[in-house]
Amino acid sequence: MAIFNLNINGKKQQVDVDPNTPILWVLRDHLNLVGTKYGCGIAQCGACTIHLGEVAMRSCMLPISVVGNQPITTIEGLSENGDHPVQKAWLDHDVAQCGYCQTGQIMNAAAFLKANPNPSDEEIEAAMNGNICRCGTYTRIKAAIKTAAAG
Amino acid sequence: MAIIKTTYNRRSFLKTTALAGGGMMIGFSWLTGCQPAPEAGLEIPKEWFEINSFLKIGENGVVTIMSPNPEFGQNVKTAMPMIVAEELDVDWKNVIVEQAPFNTDLYTRQMAGGSQSIRQGWQGLRMAGATARQMLREAAAQAWQVPVEEISTEAGVLYHKNSDKSAGYGEMAAAAANIPVPEEVQLKEVKDFKIIGKSRKNVDGLKIVTGQPLFGVDYSRDGMLIAMIAHPPAFGMKLKSVDDSAARNMPGIKDIFTIKTYEDDYERNAFDTNTFPELVAIVGNTTWEVMNAKKALRIEWEPFSDYSETVNSWGGKQDVRIPAGLESTTAHITKMAEMAAKPGNVLRKDGDPEAAFKNAAKVIERTYTAPFLAHNCMEPMNFFAHVTADKAELAGPLQAPEFIEQTLSARLGMPLEKIDIQMTRMGGGFGRRAYSHHMVEAAVISQKVNAPVKLLYTREDDMTFGIYRPAYHATYRAALDADNKLIAYHVKAGGIPESPLGRAANRFPAGAVDNYLAEEWAIASNITIGAFRAPRSNFLAGAEQSFLDEVAEAAGKDPIEFRLELLERAQNNPVGETNDYEAARYAGVLELAREKSGWGQEAPNVFRGVAAYFCHNSYVAHVLDLTIENGAPRVEKVCCAIDCGIVINPDAAANMAEGAIVDGIGNAFFGAMTFKEGVPEKNNFDNYRMIRMSEAPRAIDVHFVQNDIDPTGMGEPPFPPIFGAVANALYKATGKRSYNQPFLGEKPVLG
Ligand code: FES
Ligand code: FES
Repeated sequence: MAIFNLNINGKKQQVDVDPNTPILWVLRDHLNLVGTKYGCGIAQCGACTIHLGEVAMRSCMLPISVVGNQPITTIEGLSENGDHPVQKAWLDHDVAQCGYCQTGQIMNAAAFLKANPNPSDEEIEAAMNGNICRCGTYTRIKAAIKTAAAG
Repeated sequence: MAIIKTTYNRRSFLKTTALAGGGMMIGFSWLTGCQPAPEAGLEIPKEWFEINSFLKIGENGVVTIMSPNPEFGQNVKTAMPMIVAEELDVDWKNVIVEQAPFNTDLYTRQMAGGSQSIRQGWQGLRMAGATARQMLREAAAQAWQVPVEEISTEAGVLYHKNSDKSAGYGEMAAAAANIPVPEEVQLKEVKDFKIIGKSRKNVDGLKIVTGQPLFGVDYSRDGMLIAMIAHPPAFGMKLKSVDDSAARNMPGIKDIFTIKTYEDDYERNAFDTNTFPELVAIVGNTTWEVMNAKKALRIEWEPFSDYSETVNSWGGKQDVRIPAGLESTTAHITKMAEMAAKPGNVLRKDGDPEAAFKNAAKVIERTYTAPFLAHNCMEPMNFFAHVTADKAELAGPLQAPEFIEQTLSARLGMPLEKIDIQMTRMGGGFGRRAYSHHMVEAAVISQKVNAPVKLLYTREDDMTFGIYRPAYHATYRAALDADNKLIAYHVKAGGIPESPLGRAANRFPAGAVDNYLAEEWAIASNITIGAFRAPRSNFLAGAEQSFLDEVAEAAGKDPIEFRLELLERAQNNPVGETNDYEAARYAGVLELAREKSGWGQEAPNVFRGVAAYFCHNSYVAHVLDLTIENGAPRVEKVCCAIDCGIVINPDAAANMAEGAIVDGIGNAFFGAMTFKEGVPEKNNFDNYRMIRMSEAPRAIDVHFVQNDIDPTGMGEPPFPPIFGAVANALYKATGKRSYNQPFLGEKPVLG
C-alpha cells in the first residue's frame, strides 16, 4: 500500500492503494466514479477509456504508480452538465442501446476530435476500432462523431 | 373506439403501496430515484397522487410512469411508458420515467426475452393509461357537475367545452385518486395516436452519456464487500481441492470458501442452468485485491462422471443426463457429420418426399454448420446481494427475475415476501441474463460472510462459464422438376446439445412445397447452452436462406422472385395446416426491401445478397450490399424491411434493428467459441473476435411496414436473416458459397 495524490477532474484526490492498482479500479472502488467501465481488463475493448492529460488511455492497464501528477479526466469530468459537443451529439443521435460501452466511446471520441477536429470516415474508424460496442451502435457512433466535428 | 373491460390484470389498477417507496422494501431505491433529467426542466411536485400502480400525478401536472420490464438496450424503458402516456393523453414533456419494482402481482410479465415486452405489455399498458384518464375525467365531471361524456382531454388538460372550463391533470389528481376504478375504458384509435409512432429520446440518455450509476456493476452500499468466483477451467471438470494459503493473507482479503450454487437434490427449472455446481468464492474489500487473491489460489480440478439431474420446467419434469468427458471442437465436427448421416426424428412430412426426390430432374444438397457462441455482454455477469436472517436484498442486471426468485427462495430457505429483487439497467443481455445463477451465488456468498456483497465475474469468467449458443449442423435437399419447379424439400438439422429445428419445421418453406420432410437429432454434451438472441432461428435463417438462394440459382430464377412465388403458393393453396407464418406479410417485407434497395440496380462492384425470415411474430427482409476492399469484404449498406405491427418509438426501433444487423454480421464473419479437451479456447476479446467499427456496415436503412396490427417482436427478428444476406452477398463477390460459420474466421472453425 502507498499513498498517491491524484488530480482527477480538476480535483485533488488522495488514495492509499497497492501501487499496481489500475486507475480503473481506483476510480470505481475508491473514488466512486463509476462512469468508467470494466469490459475486458486487457486494453481490448475501450470501455475503461479516460484522458491522461489530453490523451485517451485504457485505465484498466494503467497502474496508479505511473500516473504521477498528470491530470486525469473521466466521463464525470468531461463537462459540467453533459453538454460537451460529443455528449450532445450522442444525445442528438440517440446512440446508446444498453449504454455500457458509451462512456468509453465518448471519451475516446472526445480525445480523438481534439487531436483531429476534421476527420475522414477512415480516420474515425481507425481511431474508434479499439472500442467494442456489443450492441452494434457503430453507425450511430460514427454519425455522432461527424456531428460533433461539424460543431 | 375500442371499449375494454378492466378485469384484465385488475390488480394493477388498484391502489398499491408500490409507488410509495419502490417495492415492498422501502428505502431501497438507489437506482430508480425519480429525479428528472436536468434538461427536462421539470419542477418536482410537492405532492404525488397515486392513480394506479403504473402512474402517479403531481399537483403541478408532472406524471411519473413506471416502466415494468427490465431494460437491456432494447429501449423498453422509453417505449413502455410512451404507451401509458399515449392513453393517459399527457404531454410527454411532463413525464418522468422510473424503473418499476419487481412485483408480478402488479406488473404481470416483467421479463426481457422472446421479443415480447411490447407485444405482451401492449394491452395492459394502454389500459393503465386509459383507466387513469377515465378517473381524471370522472373527477372533473364531479367537480364541474357535468356529465363525464362531455369531458375531453388533450395533452394533460381536461376540458368541458360547453361551460368553457378546463383544468390540468394535476388539479384533478387528488380527486381522481379516490375515484373507483372504472369497469370499462375507451382506448384510442390508432389514427389518433400522438406519442406512439413518434420518435422519443432514450429516457436514460443523459445519465448514460454522463456516466451516472445505472448498471449492476455500479451498485454500491456502505460496508459492501467485493466477491469473485473461480470455476473449473474445463467443461467436464469439477472442484477437487483448494489451497488458499497464499491467497488468504493477501491484503484486503476477508474470506475464501467454496459454495454450492444449489442444494444437491434441488429440482432446477429450465433457466437454473448450473454449469459448474461448485465454485470457489473469494471475498475482499476491493476488486483489484480480490482479483489478485484469485490468481494466487491453487485449485485442483478433476473430471466428473456421468450424472443426471431433474429439470422441472413449469410442471414438466425431465431427467437430463450430463455426460462425462472433455470435449473438443474437432470431435464435435466428426460426431455431427456422423449423426447427420443417420435418419433423424421426423418432425413433419408432407406428400411423398422420397418419390419426389427419386423422380427429380435436379437435386441440390448442401450442409451448413455454425459453432458455439458466447454472448459476451459488455457488462460482465454481476450481482449485489445482502442477505440477513430476516430478508434478502438483491440488485443487478437480470432479464427474468420471475425465473429465479423461487430458486433463490428455495436456496436461502426464505419465503418470497422476504426477498426483494431490484432490476438495474443491463449492459447487454442477448439471452444470457435470463440465467441468473450468479444472483444466487451472490446471495449465498453474502449469507456466508454476513455482509452486503457485490459479485463480479471477470471477462474471462464470463466468457468461459458456458450457457452458450449451441453448435449446429443442417443438411438441406431440394428437388426441382424439368420446369425448375421446387417439388420437394428436405431439412435434417441437429446440434450440440439441441436441435435448432423443433417447431420451426412448420415455418417457410413448409406449406409452399408439396413434398416436404423435416427431421432432427441432437448430441448430448456437458457444455451448457442457453437462449441467444433469436434462439435456433439465429442459425436456421442463415442456412435456409443461403440454401434457397442456391436453389433459386439452380432454377434460373431471381432470388426474390423465387421466394415470392413460393409464398404465393403458400398463400393461395397452402400445403398442410400447421404452417407457422403469414405468407402475405412475409412477401410484404421482401417486396418492401426490393423496392427500397433498388433491387437489380446495384452499382458496379457492389455485390448483393437478400434474405428474409419470420420469427418472434415479426417479418424481416434484408438486402445487403458488399464490396471487396484490399481483398476483404466490407458491408457497404444494409436495407432492412420489418413488419412488426405498430412501431412505438421508430428511431429506437431502428437502432435495435441496426444493432441486430451489426451483431449478425459480426457473428457471421467472426463469431465462434471452440473447445479443446473441455477448455474454451477463447476467454477474452484478444482471442474472441468481435465486430468493430471498421467492419460494420457504412450505412443501414431501416423501413417499417405501416399497418395497424398490434405490435409484435422487434429485438430478435432482424438478427437471424442477416446471416443469409451476408452469405449470399459473399457468394456474389467471391463466386464461392459460404457453408460454415464463421465465414471469415482466422481459421475455419467448423468444417
Ligand atoms: S476494460 Fe480496459 S480496454 Fe476493456
Ligand atoms: S451500447 Fe451496449 S455495448 Fe455499446
